[in-house]
Amino acid sequence: MLEAILVMSLGAIVLGAALGYAAVKFRVEGDPLVEKIDAILPQTQCGQCSYPGCKPYAQAIARGEAEINQCPPGGEEGIRKLADLLGREFKSLSAEHGVEKPKAVAVIDEQTCIGCTLCIQACPVDAIVGAAKQMHTVIAEQCTGCELCLPPCPVDCITMETLHETVETWKWKYPVVALHPTAGIS
Amino acid sequence: MTGYFFVVLGAVLVNNVVFVRILGLCPFMGVSKKLETALGMGAATTFVLTMACGSSFVIDRWLLQPNGLEYLRTLSFIVTIAAIVQLTELVIQKVSPLLHQVLGIYLPLITTNCAVLGVPLLNVTLKYNFVESLLFGFGSAVGFSLALILFATLRERLEGADVPVHFRGTAIAMITAGLISLAFMGFAGLDKYK
Amino acid sequence: MTTLLESLFDFNGGVKPDYHKDASTRLSIGVSPAQTELVIPLHQSIGGTPRPIVAVGEQVKKGQRIGDADGDVSSAVHASTSGTVVAIEMRRMPHPSGLSSLCIVLESDGRDEWIACQAFDYKKATPQEIRDYLRDSGVVGLGGAVFPTHLKLNADRQGGIETLIINGAECEPYITCDDMLMRERADDIVRGVQLMREILGAKHVRIGIEDNKPEAIAVMQTAVRFGDNRTDDLLVVAVPTRYPAGGAKQLIRVITGIEVPHGKRSIDYGVQCFNVATALAIYEAISLGRPLISRIVTVAGNVGAPRNFDVLIGTAIKDIIAACEPLPDTNRLIMGGPMMGVEIPGDEVPVVKATNCILLGSNKIFPPPAPEMPCIRCGECAIACPADLQPLELYWFSRAKIFGKAQEYHLFDCIECGCCSYVCPSNIPLVDYYRFAKSEIWAREKEKSLADEARDRFEFRQFRDVRDEQEKSARLAARAAAAAAAKQLATMVVTTDAAEISTAETSNEANEKAALIAAAIARAREQQGTTTPQNTQQLSAEQLAEISAIEARRAEIREHAKPHLPPDA
Repeated sequence: MLEAILVMSLGAIVLGAALGYAAVKFRVEGDPLVEKIDAILPQTQCGQCSYPGCKPYAQAIARGEAEINQCPPGGEEGIRKLADLLGREFKSLSAEHGVEKPKAVAVIDEQTCIGCTLCIQACPVDAIVGAAKQMHTVIAEQCTGCELCLPPCPVDCITMETLHETVETWKWKYPVVALHPTAGIS
Repeated sequence: MTGYFFVVLGAVLVNNVVFVRILGLCPFMGVSKKLETALGMGAATTFVLTMACGSSFVIDRWLLQPNGLEYLRTLSFIVTIAAIVQLTELVIQKVSPLLHQVLGIYLPLITTNCAVLGVPLLNVTLKYNFVESLLFGFGSAVGFSLALILFATLRERLEGADVPVHFRGTAIAMITAGLISLAFMGFAGLDKYK
Repeated sequence: MTTLLESLFDFNGGVKPDYHKDASTRLSIGVSPAQTELVIPLHQSIGGTPRPIVAVGEQVKKGQRIGDADGDVSSAVHASTSGTVVAIEMRRMPHPSGLSSLCIVLESDGRDEWIACQAFDYKKATPQEIRDYLRDSGVVGLGGAVFPTHLKLNADRQGGIETLIINGAECEPYITCDDMLMRERADDIVRGVQLMREILGAKHVRIGIEDNKPEAIAVMQTAVRFGDNRTDDLLVVAVPTRYPAGGAKQLIRVITGIEVPHGKRSIDYGVQCFNVATALAIYEAISLGRPLISRIVTVAGNVGAPRNFDVLIGTAIKDIIAACEPLPDTNRLIMGGPMMGVEIPGDEVPVVKATNCILLGSNKIFPPPAPEMPCIRCGECAIACPADLQPLELYWFSRAKIFGKAQEYHLFDCIECGCCSYVCPSNIPLVDYYRFAKSEIWAREKEKSLADEARDRFEFRQFRDVRDEQEKSARLAARAAAAAAAKQLATMVVTTDAAEISTAETSNEANEKAALIAAAIARAREQQGTTTPQNTQQLSAEQLAEISAIEARRAEIREHAKPHLPPDA
């Protein structure tokens, strides 16, 4: 009996020491995984995931605190990519964080704008130009469609406009087989 | 010498740990979705299994048997394996954080991988010497990696296949695994030429 | 030296479809029917959309620039005839999407009055000036890809290029516009080729023509051998007729034996390839000063009188079709050939620089595709692929939308020639899948680069917020410190005065404060005392002289150092 306890204790001490040494020797600094998750996120910085920006959400996912289905702008596609990267199961978009919408950009009605600069302060990507008591306008190419500028506007002059397809952005559709009615079938 | 060769060959093909002995199915199904993860898992398991076979032989032969403590075999083997797995996990986390994240829960689960415990126990049953134990462990691990890699390449292609809805995912994977298993049965009898 | 002595190489794969080229070569190139209204799209080449530089109501002359190139990867557009700009609006494009794009609508005044055309003195111009001139002349590749020519006609390369290849192969069925152009305007084409050769400094020039165009070959050979065009090492090469011999990479391989690998361009191997019509456009732009305002268009397929026309850019397609007796059972319009062409939404769309052929289809000529069957992995497509790809693998991954894998199989080396679809026994529209996958990948990459930009902007904004905060707090702290110092000074004066008069009247608190301040001042003085250099007192005359000499040297050095200092230093 004593022997057994001795043998097991000896083993535990040796292995424990080895592991303790390894833990110090192979300490991991930083978390390169965050970058990889961040690269998948759409960078709208909209905060719909309940984190203040895409990077914090990426950090939360890496720490295992957040689910991968909290990003409505990324949509199903984004969730699928995250699931692939992290080896987690695919989940459909969580409803409490919003719904997937077609890509839109903010447009300021320049007649109504009073030049209060509130939207400029709200824009996470500096896509609104203007100055106090001057008209503001949105740089459409840089607008991520996060809608964060909508609530602060005191005169409700900002609207979201869905982007329409143009010749340049048009994509070839997935091929479908056309069915041709034949005479034999009635 | 040929004896050693057949120990390895037998472990890799004839008695493939996954397809013939049907051991270690949990990581086999879990991390075979992509070739990269399969390669990583294969490498990690090879390291762990070879180390486990070596150290368990030492523990069994020079610690347990002289003291008549054979009844502690399973317990001490598990502890040893757990320690090696922890070590491997630390190393992988340092060397390849992405692989660490991708392997996820399956990496610590190598501890409870029945293949990893089964092979050292088989070593004792088969009364292999130290070199044979190491080779048997290594061969089994290579067999495990082979199974994983073969299956991962198939699953990558399966992803693009027109699978009937009800068979999609794990169901078709199981069927595929069964078919490969049948194929591996064909290696039986290879050791007749020994 | 004749072409027979030149040894040719071969490319893998390819198919031999029925050519149907005879019908449209019986008549000479027709003149485009007169137009009252021309719709000139601004975006006609690869790259940025030109900006309109005319206003509605403005009078323009034929050849006047109406759209300015947007950046270097773009090409200008010009008025095809004289008249008035009646609208700058969205009009439907000859594009498979049927979507609209910004067009300049011209109402012809019927006079067809040219601007004052002046030849361009390319010999005196720098390479950059030549490029700018060609860009502003709107010269683009007329083989169908409409890549801005000035980007390819780069004279900067040290020692010139090795081989200049002129593509007159025209391998696609039905299309004969290059064939007819060579037959009728061979001399001008060769003049354009000479210009290109001079600009590029090419050592060898080869004009590749498929051997099913004997007339064109004969005419071109005559043009090359006789007259003012005669030069060394400029040969007309008859290449074996096999689709797609006219693909740039395929023609380069047939003529030079060079196989341009994945991810490289032919120029990396000293080879550049241009279409014959592009050569003519360069001649007209440089020697005649005429911008690109028309092109040859083949009208073929389900028409009674197939023919080629010299069409002004912006002419409505229906007007040139009308001149060819279209048959009543026509149900489809294709821009380009039957292999690579795209179906266009209607016949009111204008002819653009990319329109080499208008093909009318009917169920008789082009029967509707048979239902798609499963891929049986027979490998016929891999044998037929002229780009040496594995179409079956590309199909497998494109269909399942596994785009990463498709790219691993070099999807973007696919030239969409259609050979794989042509030979597929399961009638799979393979090219449609590749086009789908390619445009999907492009869209994603664009999205990704936008996301990266957004991330940078977001991170900079955060950095700026933090910085502003720090600056603000630093400013506030500095102000607070200054205020405290001023107060200190005041209190000190007051307390010393008060101490002299009466210490009993001041409270304990004030006393303590005063004591603290006094102590601080004492400390400061002490510190000041310690920091004064001790070695500058009680010096001998020699030491003083030495010090002044050192100071003088220092001043001199400072004087020398002045011009190297930054202006604000």
